[in-house]
Amino acid sequence: MTGTGLALTWRRIPERYNLIGSRCENCGEAFFPVRTICPNCRRRGRIKREAFSGNGKIYSYTFVTSPPTGFELEAPYIMAVIELEEGAKVTAQLVDTDYEKVKIGAPVKMVFRKIQEEGKEGLIHYGFKFKVVD
Amino acid sequence: MVMRRVAIVGVGMTEFGEHWEMGFRELVAQAGLRAIEDAKLAGVKIDALYGGTMAAGRLIGQEHITALIADYMGLNPIPATRVEAACASGGVALRQGYMAVASGMHDIVVVGGAEKMTDVPVSDAAVALGGAGDQEWELFMGATFPALYALMARRHMYEYGTKEEELAQVAVKNHYNASKNKYAQFKSPVSLETVMGSKVIADPLKLFDCSPISDGAAAVVLAPMEMARQFTDTPVEIIASAQASDTLALSSRKSLTELRATKVAAKKAFELAHITPGDVDVCEVHDCFTIAEIMAIEDIGFFPKGKGGKATMDGETALNSTISINTSGGLKGCGHPVGATGVKQAVEITWQLRGEAGDRQVKNAEIGMTHNVGGSGATCVVHIMRRAD
Repeated sequence: MTGTGLALTWRRIPERYNLIGSRCENCGEAFFPVRTICPNCRRRGRIKREAFSGNGKIYSYTFVTSPPTGFELEAPYIMAVIELEEGAKVTAQLVDTDYEKVKIGAPVKMVFRKIQEEGKEGLIHYGFKFKVVD
Repeated sequence: MVMRRVAIVGVGMTEFGEHWEMGFRELVAQAGLRAIEDAKLAGVKIDALYGGTMAAGRLIGQEHITALIADYMGLNPIPATRVEAACASGGVALRQGYMAVASGMHDIVVVGGAEKMTDVPVSDAAVALGGAGDQEWELFMGATFPALYALMARRHMYEYGTKEEELAQVAVKNHYNASKNKYAQFKSPVSLETVMGSKVIADPLKLFDCSPISDGAAAVVLAPMEMARQFTDTPVEIIASAQASDTLALSSRKSLTELRATKVAAKKAFELAHITPGDVDVCEVHDCFTIAEIMAIEDIGFFPKGKGGKATMDGETALNSTISINTSGGLKGCGHPVGATGVKQAVEITWQLRGEAGDRQVKNAEIGMTHNVGGSGATCVVHIMRRAD
């Protein structure tokens, strides 16, 4: 179980629930997750938060059959790098999709799902996953 | 600034594997003593210790690990510094030791690397290793390290037509080399069919595409070149040390088919050493997964981008071919006790350049190289060594 904890989970809600990323108004590059310093422009950069559309396409993918601790019930599952239409890339699971439809370049959209839960009485973590759009 | 020339004057390591009978402190003591005995350091003051370990806190519940190493090697009260850069911890520790001697701050420095990984269940070790990537945005989403390298492999196959059989051939070659190394975790050759038929971990990577969970330690003794012949007739000079960084998260990179940190560090190292990739006789590259070796031999510059798989299939990276890659067996065949790996690479290259590598000796090896990567490529550290006789 990682990337969890009460304050961390609360702090990350905008990014994990609503795909809030950031963009540098100086160079125009979009970033996910949120950055506070633009790696291209540094002190000249002007970072603003931006809600990404959730539309994108598959950049790469893999079918995970050996899960880490905390994902035993999820396995097997598909992990992908998604290239969002804003230009940033994110790593996320693909759900509600037949594996035959998973191809590099296939269009996807964001869906809201449970990511992990910490046992029977712990926090339930939610966030974005993606599905292939027919 | 005038830097002193630095030599490796002693090396030692434990056998890599599942050492249920030895804990962290026994492993580092064994490797350290072997290096010190190899350097015939009797009566000579050791000035400092640098230790590389990635996840002792997660794997054995112990932090403050380099003071512990100094303690159990009987080296108190010398300064002992821990270096952590995920799977590149050992290589970066070597670079810290190199800089300490080159700068004149210290004369005799011991560099150790170690990891004790089999005291926790494999799934917990996978979570600890996941910390080498972006915890909040990769591992949290379910991306294990095999998954991250599988994402690179898939994209490499898509962009360059690299084949699963070519990935598998990396494992076949490295297991063969490991079969000639008494320190290796796996001492049996494997066939292409065995690798291709092994259990899928993260498609297209199978069990035999992945380096194992291992215990082990390795150590080297460094000295200024002008003092080196007090200790050994066969000093090995470190003629370049270079390091680079990149984004922790794979998805933040422009390309998934190259490691920018490798390209930057290797280019810098070749400039410092005044050589080209074609001058290298033997190279230990970071093959945590088979695709990692293919990308490494391309990014270092031994082969053009996209041709690493074919070169491997054609036998160009086999022992005593175009360029001998991973004569120790690499991480794949020799084992991967994470923090130990970068130091083990230097041990292997030292043996090769001294002509002490036995059945896996590269003929007339004069220039060797090590390439150690942290995580999915957020750190890369490269060293080039030359036989100093």
